[in-house]
Amino acid sequence: MEFLFYFFSAVLIFSALKVITSRNPVLSALFLVLSFFSAGGIWLLLEAEFLAIALVLVYVGAVMVLFLFVVMMLDINLDRLKEGFWDYMPVASIVALIMLLEMILVLNHSYFKDMKVNNALSTSNTEALGQVLYTDYVFPFEIASIILLVAIVAAILLTLRGMKTHKSINPADQIKVQRNQRIKMIKMKSVELGKQKKR
Amino acid sequence: MITLSHYLTLGALLFLIGVIGIFLNRKNIITLLMAIELMLLAVNINFIAFSHYLGDLAGQVFVFFILTVAAAESAIGLAIIIVVFRNNQSINVDELNRLKG
Repeated sequence: MEFLFYFFSAVLIFSALKVITSRNPVLSALFLVLSFFSAGGIWLLLEAEFLAIALVLVYVGAVMVLFLFVVMMLDINLDRLKEGFWDYMPVASIVALIMLLEMILVLNHSYFKDMKVNNALSTSNTEALGQVLYTDYVFPFEIASIILLVAIVAAILLTLRGMKTHKSINPADQIKVQRNQRIKMIKMKSVELGKQKKR
Repeated sequence: MITLSHYLTLGALLFLIGVIGIFLNRKNIITLLMAIELMLLAVNINFIAFSHYLGDLAGQVFVFFILTVAAAESAIGLAIIIVVFRNNQSINVDELNRLKG
């Protein structure tokens, strides 16, 4: 149990560090997959089986594939994006150190250390979650589905590039047509054409 | 013995990595989105740890909703990145000054 926790945590921290420091976005996306996977392992240790599986299925299976698609589709100039990569490291480390100090002050309180595991959730995690989700949290659940619908519509609408869905003709375009848009004059040597015919 | 403190510290470390990632990758929107995902993951770990130690399912339900919203957010974010790349031929944050805000 302890070994598993430390192992998963080490993999999680390492891959998270690689996500933010690797040069290639494809590499960072792949390391993000690894960090989600090890976070799923930690959630399994915390007996949240349904969410661990959902994390692996939804995130590793769908969201990260989306990320990889986008990263590979775009032709990114990596050198320009990495210009002055470490410029803000002093500021970042100061902010991070302050946050770390504050969190250590809070997290080392005996309240968190002495807390015993409450075994009220001994039944099947998926069953218990479903029981709560469809009774007490029906309204937020429906709103979540609407959020997903909005995301679908927005993502399609944003990337749709003026698709033509009908074959009607625009009269204004027809009237505006110039002669040179329809006719193309080509100069040819008539003599050579005649030679070819004789052969 | 793994206590709640261990899980909370793990979440804090992950959150800090996300913050540092936002500072370092300020030119690359895609890695910025990934750093945001890391921070959300840290928050989710905290929620699930508290849910486990307090014996309350509300934390896990909340994580469920956070996952939903984060998936929607990254989908729309990536769509916006694609539109920006179509218009600018780059996703450099420095060049995103068309709105003059």
